Amino acid sequence: MKELVLIMIGAVLINNVVLSQFMGICAFLGTSKQIKSAVGMGAAVIFVMFFASMVTYPVYAILERINAEYLKTVAFILVIALFVQLVEMVIKKLMPPLYKALGVYLPLITTNCAVLGAAITNVDKKYTFAKSLTNSLGTGLGFMLALVLFAGVRARIEDSDIPKTFKGVPATLIAAAIVSLSFMGFSGIV
Amino acid sequence: MSEKKASAELVKGLIKENPVFVTLLGMCPTLAVTTMAKNGIAMGLATTFVLVCSNVVISLLKRVIPDSVRLPSFIVIIAGFVTLIEFLMKGYLPSLYSALGIFLSLITVNCIILGRAEVFASKNSVAASFLDGLGMGLGFTLALFVMGSIREIMGAGSFFGIKLGALADSPMLIFIMPAGGFFTLGIIIAVVNKIAHKKPPKEISCANCPSASLCNKPDSERADCADITEVSGI
Repeated sequence: MKELVLIMIGAVLINNVVLSQFMGICAFLGTSKQIKSAVGMGAAVIFVMFFASMVTYPVYAILERINAEYLKTVAFILVIALFVQLVEMVIKKLMPPLYKALGVYLPLITTNCAVLGAAITNVDKKYTFAKSLTNSLGTGLGFMLALVLFAGVRARIEDSDIPKTFKGVPATLIAAAIVSLSFMGFSGIV
Repeated sequence: MSEKKASAELVKGLIKENPVFVTLLGMCPTLAVTTMAKNGIAMGLATTFVLVCSNVVISLLKRVIPDSVRLPSFIVIIAGFVTLIEFLMKGYLPSLYSALGIFLSLITVNCIILGRAEVFASKNSVAASFLDGLGMGLGFTLALFVMGSIREIMGAGSFFGIKLGALADSPMLIFIMPAGGFFTLGIIIAVVNKIAHKKPPKEISCANCPSASLCNKPDSERADCADITEVSGI
């Protein structure tokens, strides 16, 4: 249990998926303009990441059984792509309110490297099933935390008077640098 | 294909449509592996290899792949070549293989590759797709090299592992930390904007995103991911 808590804290704060591992930067920069869309994207990523790791774990076990571990990249990306499609269809049918909230973000998640990254990290570190799920959940929560925090920071930048050359992307990236700097404070707490 | 057109396909990716500095794609490896110039070049060349191969294969198969399953098909083709380059690097360049780590596998989901497949290779001839892939790949490599050089010189006081006198004595460690990656890229894009004298892109949009077509919205409305909620009336 203690180990699971440590993995969780590590994934959310210390090795934050966006701010210290640089995964899912496109989604981080693309959907952090408003807090509302940041929450939607974050929730969709948590959902897909958690259930995708539930599916990729047995897939990897099968690959190991037939000595084909090298196929993990191909197998995982296929599983994630299929899973996202499936989720989209299922929640559209069964849970329309959830689909309304997450639907538009789902297709974008297939190519979000944080999801594939979490699945590969789980097998690279030889996590057990419970640890894999904890790590994926933590990574997803960390993604959402970074996204929502940064959406707040960006709302402030929009209104401030900055040099013309830095307007837009450069200012956003430098703000991200400062947010990332603050997350460095968490290193060493575990 | 005339010679002039061929060179245009090749050169556009280097500066004018540089995938990192201008179209802002493939940001994850750009930030993650550029702590050293050597790693930047290695990542760039590995991506170029996958990009060229997948562009050629997808261009060859463009009439065979049904439109409705084209994205999964593209991803599988790309993932196949990624597995190939993983094997090659593991066998011949084990130290680089471990330095690039998980980001070698993550070439699969690099937006540049899927983006070129969707925008270019699935619509153009094999030769043009080859040149486009090569140009975009080299542009990506150039961007990673520039990022890696700056971060290595400032952050570690060395260049390709060679110590640089006074800088090596008290390097600014922040540059090789994650925060330094964001900072360096921000400054470089600002410089590119200044030199190009063009109006900087107003927002980071997902108009360039390869999955943008899946958002089911016309181009004009797809200007910004953040506006998705408004556009779709949620």
